[in-house]
Formats: sequence, C-alpha cells, structure tokens
Amino acid sequence: MGESKEELAFQEKIDNDIKIEPKDWMPDEYRQMLIRQVSQHAHSEIVGMLPEGNWITRAPSLRRKVGLLAKVQDEAGHGLYLYSATESLGIDRIKLIQQLHNGESKYSNIFNYPTLTWADIGAIGWLVDGAAIMNQVSLQRTSYGPYSRAMVRICKEESFHQRQGYEIMTALSNGTDKQKAMAQDATNRFWWPSLMMFGPSDKDSIHSSKSMIWKIKRESNDELRQQFVDRAIAQGELIGMTFPDPDLKWNEETGHYDFGEIDWAEFKNVINGNGPCNKERIRARVKADVDGKWVRDAALAYANNV
Amino acid sequence: MSQNDSLYSYCLRLGDNSLILGHRLSEWCGHGPFLEEDIALTNIALDLVGQSRMFLQYAAELKGGDSTEDSLAYLREEREYLNALLSEQPNGDFAVTNSKNYLFSVFNYHLYSELSNSKDEKIKAIAEKSIKEVAYHVRHCGKWMVRLGKGTEESHQRLQDAVNDIWMYTDDMFESDENTDLLVEQGMAANLNKVRSNWLKDVTEQLKEATIDIPTDTWMMKGSLQGKHSEHLGFLLAEMQTIPRTFPNSEW
Repeated sequence: MGESKEELAFQEKIDNDIKIEPKDWMPDEYRQMLIRQVSQHAHSEIVGMLPEGNWITRAPSLRRKVGLLAKVQDEAGHGLYLYSATESLGIDRIKLIQQLHNGESKYSNIFNYPTLTWADIGAIGWLVDGAAIMNQVSLQRTSYGPYSRAMVRICKEESFHQRQGYEIMTALSNGTDKQKAMAQDATNRFWWPSLMMFGPSDKDSIHSSKSMIWKIKRESNDELRQQFVDRAIAQGELIGMTFPDPDLKWNEETGHYDFGEIDWAEFKNVINGNGPCNKERIRARVKADVDGKWVRDAALAYANNV
Repeated sequence: MSQNDSLYSYCLRLGDNSLILGHRLSEWCGHGPFLEEDIALTNIALDLVGQSRMFLQYAAELKGGDSTEDSLAYLREEREYLNALLSEQPNGDFAVTNSKNYLFSVFNYHLYSELSNSKDEKIKAIAEKSIKEVAYHVRHCGKWMVRLGKGTEESHQRLQDAVNDIWMYTDDMFESDENTDLLVEQGMAANLNKVRSNWLKDVTEQLKEATIDIPTDTWMMKGSLQGKHSEHLGFLLAEMQTIPRTFPNSEW
C-alpha cells in the first residue's frame, strides 16, 4: 500500500511488530485514526466516572465505599495516561476536552445508560469492565508505543475492577430474594449495551479494515464480542444469572455461544445523543470544567509569579 | 461512665470525624477542577474513610455484641453522630472544600501526633499509621491555600470568603467533656489544649503566607460532642444510609 520510502519503512515496522513511537514518521491518516481512538478511550474513562460515581455516597458498606472510590479514581488515572498518550500525537488535552464537550468526539455509549440500583455497580464491573478488558487486552499489542504501554498498565487495574464487580454480583446472588432480583435486573439492563460496546459488526464497521492493517486494532469487533459472550455466560451461570436473549445457546459445531441480533437502531440512536443520560453526562463534565476554571487560573497565575 | 464506654465514645468521635469529612470529599469524585486534583481529592477521601474504619472497628469491638463498623456507620442517627461540625459542612466551591480540609487536616495532624503516644495500644497504632497520610493532606491542602490566596484576585476573594464562612465551626473541633478529660489524664486521649495551640500556630503562619486574614470576633458554634449538629448532617446520613436501611439484615 505504501509508495514513498517513508511509507514503506513505516509498514515494514508494523509488519515486523516494531512499535511506532511519537517521533517516528507516520502517515497522517494513522495519526488521525489514533487521535480519534485514543481520545475516545480517554473520554470514556472520564465520562465513565460519572455513572459509578453516583453510588459512592450510597455504597452499602464502608468496605464497598472504599472499593468503589478507589475504582473510580483508577478511571481518572486511566484517563490521564490516555490523554498523555494522545498528546504525544501532537494535540493537547484542552483541545481534546473541548472536543468532548462540543460533541465532536465520542465516548463509549455504555455510559449513557443510568445506574439505577447498587447492583448496577456490580454489573458494570462484571460486564462493562469485562467487555472493556477484552478490547484492552488485545490493544496491549497495538502498534503505537505509548498507547500500547498505557494499555498494559490499564489492564492490570481493569482486571481488578472486573473481579470486584463480579464479587459484588456474587454477594448479591447469595443474598436475599430482593438482592437476587436486583442483580438479575441489572444483568438484564446491562447485557445488550455491553455487547454493543464492541462496536458495529465487522461487515458494517467503517474504521476497522485500515485499523487492522496498521495494527491499531488487533482483533475484530465480532471476534472480541464472541470471546466476551463465551466468558460472560460461563460466569453468569456460576452465580445463577440468566441473560435476556432467547437465542442464546451453545453451538457444538463452532465451540461458541450463538446469540441474538443486536438492536443496532438503539445503538445508533444512543450514539447520536438520544440515550437516557447523554445530556446529563456532558453537562456534568462541562460544569466541572467551568466551575474549575478559576482554580486552574489561580494555579497558573501563582506558578507564573513564583 | 466506665473507661470502656468513654473509649467507645472517643473512638466514635474520631471515626465519625474522618468518615464525614471523607464522605464530603468523595462527593467531588468525577467533578474536580481538573483531573490531577480529582485524583488527589479522592486519595484524601480514601485515606479518611480508611482511618474511620479503623476507629469504628475498634469502637465496635469495645461495644461488643453484634456491633460492626457498618452498624455504627449506617444505623446510628443524627443525634448519635459525634463528628465535629466543620466536617459536615457542604463542599461549597473548591475554596470552601480546601479550607475545610486544610483546617481539619492540621487538627488531625496534631491530634494524631499526640495519640501516637497514647497508652491505648490500638489508638496509638491507628494514630501512627494515620499521621503519615495526614501529613500529606496538610501539605497538599496547605499548598492550595497559598496558591488560591496568591493566585488571582478572584481566587483570593473566594478563599477569604470561605475562611470567613467556616471559621465559626473551628472551635467545636477542640470540645471536650468530663469523660474525655479523664481519658486524657489516663494518657489515652489527646490533650486538646495542646492540639489547639499547635493548630493555631500552624494555621496562623499558613494563612499569613496565603495573605488571608483570620476572622476576629467570630461567634463560635459548638455542640457536636452532644450530637447537636447543623441541618446538613441529616441529609448526608439519609443519602449514605439509604441501602442498609431500605434492605435491613442484608450482606453486601
């Protein structure tokens, strides 16, 4: 595909699994594609703090409060690594945050769904973080060095989050009838949105093919989604959870679970701003930014004076 | 009151202080003025809730029966909470939050420094562990006092307003009663007169550096040691305690 010397050298590195570093030459489209993907990922971490943050002040025990606080704090840390990785591509954090606030840049759709009960905190850890990990483990091998290294760190913490979420679900499923019902309800609500997290089906994904050639993505949306389904079903069975999909069944031939058709109309609708919480999420981010401006200004003014 | 009961109340006071201050700080999580400070605020919140757990676990042990850190945190009512009034005040803007945390952290620092010599082994151990964390809180919030005080005209004004507003709750941190005085005599609890003079010295110096005036002739509100709080605590507890009260006898 590459014609110039630089392009050939670039593709050779990619083909030999040598990481691309910030100062290396790269095609502009590769750079833009990465900025888009890594900044979306960063935004997702930051917006993702909000639905879970809802329950910090209502966590049902002190141990759970500490666990949830630490988890949401980790997400802020992930946002930081990822904004830094994006900045290494030549765009600064302020600009990226503007893009989030004005809707130019997206974040993971899943965070536009509300957290209605404590069990949602369990379901998010188990299913949403579980889905995120599938993607992130794969991205540890992404071709851009800073992104790949950020993923290695993030994966360690995410797998802890996933365990913590699953443990919350386990406690609920061992609890009273009301707690079990709460856990099942959360599973029902988060199941389909979690499957949507992997993005459109391979045949419809506009960004996927080039991304695979450049090894920004290493596995396709459908491959990762299937791995997630197989794993989640097994985990759900262990804690007595069922899934809201009548077509879900084990397929001897493929060695995987078959599952029903995802409602892509809902997916597109939520992406385009019509999810239950899109407006609240962005409003909360904008408010924090506006309310914090005088604090940032003060810190800058002070730093410039001493 | 037996020594056991006095110690129980004393641990509640210390545990409640950290829990309520930490809970307030945790309200910032995800809404901080920028990402690094969001992380720092949560760090402090985590330390505080952690300290609170140690004190409440000890209190539960002293109380005995089926008392636990969670039954103490989630099933006591407003009038049974013993946290100082300053800790429960709403976050306000970042200047209020930081001032509140700064003033409380300096208090905690000198308190734990005294308690590091407590004759009660458990209190001593908790204080020794906590003082390292609190030293960071003092440093972090103290630096912000200076940055805000000397930053911009707006930040200076906001900080001065914040200190003016919350100063009336500072005396309440140093309240004592007969039972606590007895624990002090027995070398278990901290001498709050000493804590107060160290606190005032540090705070005066830091505020001077921040070019912030210490309010004078402020009417001081007290009463937390008798469980007489501001109206804010009830709402805080209603939110915090909602799940255990809605679903009694459940494990989470």
